[in-house]
Amino acid sequence: MENNSNFETRKPPVATTGILGWCRQHLFSNWVNSFITLLVIYFLYQLIPWFLDWSVFSADFWTNYKGELIVDRTFCSRVADPEGDHGACWAIIIVRFYQFMYGFYPSEQVWRVNLTYFLLVVALLPLLIEKIPGRKHLIKFTIAFPIVAFVLLYGGFGFQIIPTNKWGGLLVTLVLGVFGIAIAFPLGILLALGRRSQLPVISMFCTLFIEFIRGVPLITLLFFGMVMLPLFLPEGLNLDGLVRVLVAVTLFQAAYMAEVIRGGLQAIPRGQYEAAQSVGLSYWQMNRKIILPQAIRISIPSIVNTSIGLFKDTTLVIIIGLLDLLGIGRGALADATWMGLSNEVYVFVALVFFIFTFSMSRYSLYLEKKLKTGINMGAD
Amino acid sequence: MSENSIISLQNVNKWFGDFQVLKDVNLEVKKKERIVVCGPSGSGKSTMIRCINRLEEHQEGKIVVDGIELTGNLKNIDSVRKEVGMVFQQFNLFPHLSVKENITLAPIWVKKMPKAEAEELAMKQLEIVKIPEQANKYPGQLSGGQQQRVAIARSLAMNPNIMLFDEPTSALDPEMIKEVLDVMVDLAEGGMTMIVVTHEMGFAKTVADRMVFMDEGKIVEEASPDKFFNDPESDRTKLFLSQILHQ
Repeated sequence: MENNSNFETRKPPVATTGILGWCRQHLFSNWVNSFITLLVIYFLYQLIPWFLDWSVFSADFWTNYKGELIVDRTFCSRVADPEGDHGACWAIIIVRFYQFMYGFYPSEQVWRVNLTYFLLVVALLPLLIEKIPGRKHLIKFTIAFPIVAFVLLYGGFGFQIIPTNKWGGLLVTLVLGVFGIAIAFPLGILLALGRRSQLPVISMFCTLFIEFIRGVPLITLLFFGMVMLPLFLPEGLNLDGLVRVLVAVTLFQAAYMAEVIRGGLQAIPRGQYEAAQSVGLSYWQMNRKIILPQAIRISIPSIVNTSIGLFKDTTLVIIIGLLDLLGIGRGALADATWMGLSNEVYVFVALVFFIFTFSMSRYSLYLEKKLKTGINMGAD
Repeated sequence: MSENSIISLQNVNKWFGDFQVLKDVNLEVKKKERIVVCGPSGSGKSTMIRCINRLEEHQEGKIVVDGIELTGNLKNIDSVRKEVGMVFQQFNLFPHLSVKENITLAPIWVKKMPKAEAEELAMKQLEIVKIPEQANKYPGQLSGGQQQRVAIARSLAMNPNIMLFDEPTSALDPEMIKEVLDVMVDLAEGGMTMIVVTHEMGFAKTVADRMVFMDEGKIVEEASPDKFFNDPESDRTKLFLSQILHQ
């Protein structure tokens, strides 16, 4: 027994800790894994240098390999010197960058768009960061933001009116994505609650709405918004094309969001409702303070998933003639001065989409981690 | 209904589908009276007390709580729920809120109490249940006994006239039962009107003014604890007591 006090705690074997241990455990634990590891390393070795060379080291930006300023496709190194080893010709993006970002928005008014982007970030802050100082006041701004954004982008109140057919590129993509998601979220919550309502009229209406919208492809809804919606509207009321598309996109997203949130609602034990009722909370108080916070936490991965899906699906508006980011790209390719540079355009468009969707996905991971403590505390 | 009853159940019947869970239940509870309800599982004892704050709806008969009859009228239900606190077998704390927030929620939202005042009240309640030091933890960080005491504090914060307990110690580890029962004894000594569904017969003997024994949806026997444990009238009660007292 005396010896016990002399025992030192032994360190774990060297081969199981540190980088070496990690590699052994995760990459080379048996011969199948070792083989797959080597294969993947080989592919990465082939792919990454090639892509970096194509997109950066051998690529043209403003000037070609002779040092001339690129003004059309014939100046691009890879067009002018097909035999040579030349990479991408980013000049098409650089020359048309304004269009990619703003479409045909008048350049002397473009500060309004930039200001809207800046205000969008301000409006998102209180939603993204819980402990920001002055959150209560910022939230008020977030709620008012859609109106502010509309006035800034469209005009009125002394601002020159910029019709939406001048809007394009990333601006259209963001307007559809951000507003589609932001309006669909509360709408989806109401639909989800409605579908579970004990009042048959409400629950039937919500169920029918959700099932109808989910059962129809987004393109059909877009055509519906474009062609058929005006027939239902009273005479003389002519909704703007972008607004009609936005309505279709929002309804589509709301139906999906509703089902995602309904899934979360079903995971909340009945005892939570009973406890909330027994302390006297009303239906709306119970949902707002007890049920929805828990249900939405559970649904975060799916909410972000459908939101990312919608953000990418906004590219479908190209079919009804709106020029979103992809639409501007295709426009550029159809132009004789830049024909044939589709690799550059599609890589660029993909990259822009990736930046946005990847940020959303990272943010959802951060949220999940932050809220994990709360979720696991449900059961005893 | 007798003059001084605070809770009155008259010929209450209730069905789950075709199955009748409550059969002609009659119960009068006076102010400050402590009733312990026991009986085999499935006898309708939980359902009966859940009817008193309308977590379950009765289909026939009349339930009057503190002069308010429970009907489909939502306003009546709201006022009754403000009068009646309830503690559940599974605690049912709100896992996303801290202990303090669990307690202040209803005072702030239902009674429109200012936040500072509600927090002061919460601390007072936590002292009554003897865990003020846990105020800022989350329910998941507490033991079962502590969670149940928070649940009691949460109910007390609404300053109810009546407390219902639905098997409050059945989900607890044995060594935690006492801490919860102690709090309930304190509450009873403070003059709270209580209906407790429990199998803790020691608690029943010390606290109860009246024992109610239920079986198959009916109240089989109602008696003082002394008579109930020593000289029960019905054979069903005798059988039940012999089973739970000689485990």
